Amino acid sequence: MDDNQEQQDFDSAEDGSQLSADEERLLDELGLFGVTRREFLGQSTAAVLGTFAFQLLAREEALAALPTAPGAAMAPTPRLENAVRVLLKINGAPQRLEVDSRMALLDLLRERVGLTGTKKGCDQGQCGACTVMVDGRRVLSCLTLAASCEGKDVTTIEGLAKGDQLHPMQAAFIKHDGFQCGYCTPGQICSAVALLQEARNGEASHVTADVRARNRNINLTEEEIKERMSGNICRCGAYPGIVAAIKEVQSGTRTAQTWEFASDERIALAMNPDGKVEVRANEIV
Amino acid sequence: MKSFKYSVAKEATGAVRAVSANPAAKFLAGGTNLVDLMKEYVERPSEVVDVSRLNLAQIRETSNGISIGALAKNSDTANHPLVRQNYPLLSMAILAGASAQLRNMATNGGNLMQRTRCQYFYDTAMPCNKREPGSGCGALEGLNRIHAILGYSENCVATYPGDMANALYALDAIIRVRGTNGQDRTIAVQDFHRLPGDMPQKDNNLAHGELIVAIEIPRNNFAAKSYYLKVRDRASYAFALVSVAAALETRGDAIERARVVLGSVAHKPWRSTEAERVLVGKPATVATFEAAAEAALKDAKPLEHNGYKVELGKRSIVLALQRAMSGEVA
Repeated sequence: MDDNQEQQDFDSAEDGSQLSADEERLLDELGLFGVTRREFLGQSTAAVLGTFAFQLLAREEALAALPTAPGAAMAPTPRLENAVRVLLKINGAPQRLEVDSRMALLDLLRERVGLTGTKKGCDQGQCGACTVMVDGRRVLSCLTLAASCEGKDVTTIEGLAKGDQLHPMQAAFIKHDGFQCGYCTPGQICSAVALLQEARNGEASHVTADVRARNRNINLTEEEIKERMSGNICRCGAYPGIVAAIKEVQSGTRTAQTWEFASDERIALAMNPDGKVEVRANEIV
Repeated sequence: MKSFKYSVAKEATGAVRAVSANPAAKFLAGGTNLVDLMKEYVERPSEVVDVSRLNLAQIRETSNGISIGALAKNSDTANHPLVRQNYPLLSMAILAGASAQLRNMATNGGNLMQRTRCQYFYDTAMPCNKREPGSGCGALEGLNRIHAILGYSENCVATYPGDMANALYALDAIIRVRGTNGQDRTIAVQDFHRLPGDMPQKDNNLAHGELIVAIEIPRNNFAAKSYYLKVRDRASYAFALVSVAAALETRGDAIERARVVLGSVAHKPWRSTEAERVLVGKPATVATFEAAAEAALKDAKPLEHNGYKVELGKRSIVLALQRAMSGEVA
């Protein structure tokens, strides 16, 4: 059973039952669907949920009552200045939207379409967190006007997996611990996926030894991966894992991951101050 | 961002007409610089004419060289077989700039039009004659580590930050422009950008509404001996502190033609004909390169915090020429 089917079954089971429309909306806004939603409900009484919903509504009403600041980007009900109609494809699905001419593709994805996988980092083209693919090429969605996306084909992090089947790059990032806080990760992965095609095309980089020599299907060295991924900043410094993940997917050569979860035994030893614990200097259990 | 009217241009002359008619209108291509500056309220156009769909992205061989469409993306230009083979200096310069994402967005015309990265230009709370003529220059006696050492005026010490243009100066490029009268005109690239003088608000010699349609590069014999060196605070994805586009043509032991262009030292790419004169007719040795480097920087007048650029510029010229000579082109 795929996720959507599961979610529909679950949602339809809720029809006419104990959840109010506000509560349904709250769960949607919290991003709780399917199994997660069931677990959340299992842990929450209706009364708690009702309180949540009430607080959320009260906050929204209070915000709506405030005068809109000049230049405010996102009011609860956006009034569009210089509205532009765009028809674009996002992860294969056509989307017809009317946007303020100032809206960035990043904000369209997050605020209008609800695809919050793409992250807003610096919002000025310096960090790469907002990287998506437009017509198959990686770009920065924060510096792309939504209005300019008419007819474009946008792929975000949400569009990479096929149902439950992760994109190989997603799986490799997990295997090689290519992230810590995870905020830059969607941009890193979109960038890395586009990089695979660039390498197949034989595109050169700043560290390519001889730009006059043209080869297709470049096998990327670590130096090449670092240079070609330099547009994606990771403040946690997960770079070694990111490079290892890309190297594995790009080369097709499986490599061992360099980390593992601590065993129960090791955790128990660490928790027991009197026990004999062997911990290597660079390892935290 | 200030609100603006958005339209998509269907053909170049119509775009020129639209922008010419409104002094507060701007062309939008890749948006990597303009959208950023609009978010910062540094640029506040009332109208944006999107030229990105104009049919000006071709790269083709011409009878005497190559013509590169103004709207070809930087990444497509750097990777075009004709450019990589015959003008590797241009590929190297483009690939030294920005990130893969930005090069996929940025166009060649837009790259020439990019504005300075002076912090005082970006900060609307600070004085800046380029942003607000007459308000003063914050950088002249402020934080001027990344600023000009050549050709500046007391009104502006900003630098042109780009890489691509430095190679175009070395390659004697010609900028083809659709004029406000609908006719094309050409500008030699060294006459395209301006020194600040008393009008730092004007980066280049385009009239308002004129649109770059193509960049033409005449055939040359520099491909085997050219190199783009970029020195920056980190190894990648940063603007240059100093960069050098170097190109040589030799006959026997002697240098027959030479190009030396310094980037990020002035308000425009700084072609040093002084250095080139030292090189021509001499053997390609480190001693010759050092003499050329001295000649290139002899008029440099560093500000309080950028004295390092003088020595860095000299060493960068020597290294770029050495690498150009070894035939190593990356």
